[in-house]
Amino acid sequence: MTAVLRPAPGIPRAGLFILYGAAFAYLILLAAHGFDTGGVQGEAFLRVAMIACPLFALAGLGAFSYWFSWAIGSPTKPEDHSSHGAKTWKDYFRVNTDHKVIGIQYTVTAFFFLFVGGLLAMLMRAELAQPGRQFVDANTYNGLFSVHASILIFLFIIPVFAGLANYVLPLMIGAPDMAFPRLNALSFWMLPLAGILMMASFFAPGGSFATGWTAYAPLSTTAPIGQEFFTIGVQFAGASSIATALNFLVTIITMRAPGMSFFRMPLLVWANFSTSLLVVIATPFIAASQFFVLLDRGLGFNFFDSTQGGDVLMYQHVFWFYSHPAVYIMMLPGFGIVSEVLSVKSRKPIFGYRMMAFSLLAIVVLGFTVWAHHMFVSGMQNWIRIPMMITTAVIAVPTGIKIFSWLATIWRGVLRLDTPMLFALGFLTMFTLGGISGVVLAMIPITIHVSDTYFIVAHIHYVLFGGSLFTIFAGVYYWFPKMTGRMYDETLGKLHFWTTFIFFNLTFAPMHLLGVEGMPRRVYDYAEAFGTLNLIVSLASFGVGLSTLVFAYNIVASWRGGPRAAANPWRALTLEWQVSSPPPVFNFDAVPTVVGGPYEYGVPGAVHGVFKDGARVEQPAGPATERAGE
Amino acid sequence: MGPGEDSGVRERQRERASALQLGLIGVVASAIGIAIGLAIDWFPTAASTQADEIDTLWDVLIVASVPVFVLVQAVVLYCVWKFRMRPGQEMQDGPPIHGNTRLEVIWTVIPAVLILGLCTYAYIVLTDIEEAQANEMTINVVGQQFTWTFEYPSGNGVVRSTQLYLPENQPVRFQVRSEDVIHDFWVPAFRMKVDAVPGLTTSYRVTADRLGTYPVVCAELCGLGHAYMRQTANVVTRPQFDRKLQELRRGAPQGTGAGQSGSAGQAGAEGEGATGQGQAADGKAVFAAQGCGGCHTLADAGASGTTGPNLDEVLEARDAEKIREDIVDPGKEIAEGFANGIMPGNYSALPPAELDALVDYLEEQSR
Repeated sequence: MTAVLRPAPGIPRAGLFILYGAAFAYLILLAAHGFDTGGVQGEAFLRVAMIACPLFALAGLGAFSYWFSWAIGSPTKPEDHSSHGAKTWKDYFRVNTDHKVIGIQYTVTAFFFLFVGGLLAMLMRAELAQPGRQFVDANTYNGLFSVHASILIFLFIIPVFAGLANYVLPLMIGAPDMAFPRLNALSFWMLPLAGILMMASFFAPGGSFATGWTAYAPLSTTAPIGQEFFTIGVQFAGASSIATALNFLVTIITMRAPGMSFFRMPLLVWANFSTSLLVVIATPFIAASQFFVLLDRGLGFNFFDSTQGGDVLMYQHVFWFYSHPAVYIMMLPGFGIVSEVLSVKSRKPIFGYRMMAFSLLAIVVLGFTVWAHHMFVSGMQNWIRIPMMITTAVIAVPTGIKIFSWLATIWRGVLRLDTPMLFALGFLTMFTLGGISGVVLAMIPITIHVSDTYFIVAHIHYVLFGGSLFTIFAGVYYWFPKMTGRMYDETLGKLHFWTTFIFFNLTFAPMHLLGVEGMPRRVYDYAEAFGTLNLIVSLASFGVGLSTLVFAYNIVASWRGGPRAAANPWRALTLEWQVSSPPPVFNFDAVPTVVGGPYEYGVPGAVHGVFKDGARVEQPAGPATERAGE
Repeated sequence: MGPGEDSGVRERQRERASALQLGLIGVVASAIGIAIGLAIDWFPTAASTQADEIDTLWDVLIVASVPVFVLVQAVVLYCVWKFRMRPGQEMQDGPPIHGNTRLEVIWTVIPAVLILGLCTYAYIVLTDIEEAQANEMTINVVGQQFTWTFEYPSGNGVVRSTQLYLPENQPVRFQVRSEDVIHDFWVPAFRMKVDAVPGLTTSYRVTADRLGTYPVVCAELCGLGHAYMRQTANVVTRPQFDRKLQELRRGAPQGTGAGQSGSAGQAGAEGEGATGQGQAADGKAVFAAQGCGGCHTLADAGASGTTGPNLDEVLEARDAEKIREDIVDPGKEIAEGFANGIMPGNYSALPPAELDALVDYLEEQSR
């Protein structure tokens, strides 16, 4: 074999390649202007460089190396495991093909962006604590909420779920890795680049993108260059999402352990299967919407210039055809996490397992039929509102099935009220409120009054914070022992839960009232009458901010020096708990055979999977790595 | 009867007792929750017939949704109270219940019926609030960064104002347009809103039924001055309205039929109809009609916007030519502390007469 086995290049080489990318962008523009150095404009250079530099950085990291070698006919070695598994912490800063390393890379990166996004929210609340201008000007404020939402949606919630699933999903289905480990690595490394683009927009001339995460045209097509940091950043985050979703789909369909039929899969797997369907179908639409904006801005296509025959409403239709399903992309994996936690911590089977799986699929299908409820006051054709109202409200039915089934699951269980369970129960209560305000919002006459107000801000945060983030915390605490081999501190965990739960409600509940009373969203100043409630909200939001520090301390301290975790501290039946904590590099020393359902708690002698002797995984050339050759 | 069956009966009785206990707690808590939900003063003053119907729908939604919320909370809290693990239960599991078809059908069908019922009611309310009325008056609403202009039909032409005037109990149809980006025309007291979309004319109807002044708010992010795009809706009696219209018509500059009205985009400000002071006065009217005060401070015009440079300060030492350039090509020279691209570039499209008047007026202010 002539293929060289050496660790993937690190971040310094990526930095060097970014310079190459900038040089490349300049040369391209120079050539386009007939090598007249005076012709190249700053904005055009920035635009091309924003596309070229991340791609060059990925090449510098070695994310494309294998495919490049294969394409030019160099010898390649499909079973090359030189960049698989982490031996030191430094390996987390290189391209790695181990789904467990990638899972941790994803999760930690996403949490970094949670703190960035949260910090931006604190700045906003500081400005909003009193009427009038205090700390920031209008442009900065508009940038704050735009970057806050974009980072938390595209770089926290969506990727953190992908990260947790990356770690546990192959383990749960008894697979040695994801189906396409190299694609998996590429998916991860696109994310920090997208995040850097979005954060860097604050340094752009004219300020950061400031048109909200929705970037409605024509505001976005006429905004300063900072807008394009969003336009292009989203492309990288979106490509990452799509690649990961494809990876999950193929992994789930083809790599389940013997005996694991679809109806023996844990609900987390079902949830990620459903989510991945949504991502694969919907995400290209947001890519399209941002390409339209880019073409409008860069090359004067006038898609959204009504004086040139453009259609302003088309942007919203294309955008929401992704961005409504995106809400479910940000929620379904959380449903999966909660199902795992509630069943294990109540010591009872999931109530109505099949209905739980079918309701996920029902949400996937219905999720594509409701996008225009974001456009009830947009001036679109009036009749479209009626079917969209009905489908929107009807989504509450499968969602209701899930909530009632979870309630029936904990009913008469033996409830372990530790941190993951508290967050799961907190999710149940808070998400119900977000769901109810969602049904209220489906009612067109109500939406006509409250759309674009703080009622919307309250609703989205009850869904994405009280819903998604609570499930993320539940999942992180639940799998922390598996991922790190250490136990977290239970007392600090409970402190984290209670402070988050209380301050979350104090922050977001009053916003319902503010919105109905008439306070529009996305304003850095407001009428005097809203002063008192806004002060309460701001003070409470700082409490939320502080509560996450408890979490950060607990995680860092426990990871460094927490007590060693047993293989199966929760006495769970699913397969990820049947291997050591953390699991061996190729997950299973012997291929498990699945013989029953995943949640048979209380059934005497029940097991989910067994390990047969003599079926040892051949290392290093396991079945997954053969597929990885592509 | 064997001991097994006996314990089965006891089990069922215990189950039933639990459910009963929980049901009682739920009913009481729901009643309290509904009472609180209805007692909260959610909405601003209702000033249109549309508002009354929407507020009633809101109350119905409170009554329908509080019990659902309370049910979930009650079950969670009850489980935490009754079924939490106690010392000695560390290795104990719950009963292996996998499902119950009858229950699952119930909690699919009841929410579905409830939701379809609510949708039907919402549909009826929607048809009512959007229904065409006899002898409607049409008012054109034009949004631009960062102000609203209202146009009333008057004889052969239109008259304009930056504050909205509506006669009481007169059905009105707003025709909403935008000059630049998307805005949203919202009067919270009327409960109605619609986006102002470039290239489209959108509309809604209200019948104002309560005298008073109410805020007009832009609800769709439209750029830097979005937060300050607030004006006033005045619901007045019919005679007052006619008088106001007359006043506005008299104040309109000759020939153009446009550019009248009040002090900038700040809510509550008044000042329509300043006339008869020559060219400079017309320029002041243009300044107001174009909403310059939404972003700029200018003491003479009673404007106090802070999005753009303070004209009381930056106009000093600028001649007419420079001022004209600042208006038609705002990116050419930028005041210190402000970024390019904030001021809309479309003022170059002002009619030459208005532009001249505006430049003269501002030059006068610079002295």
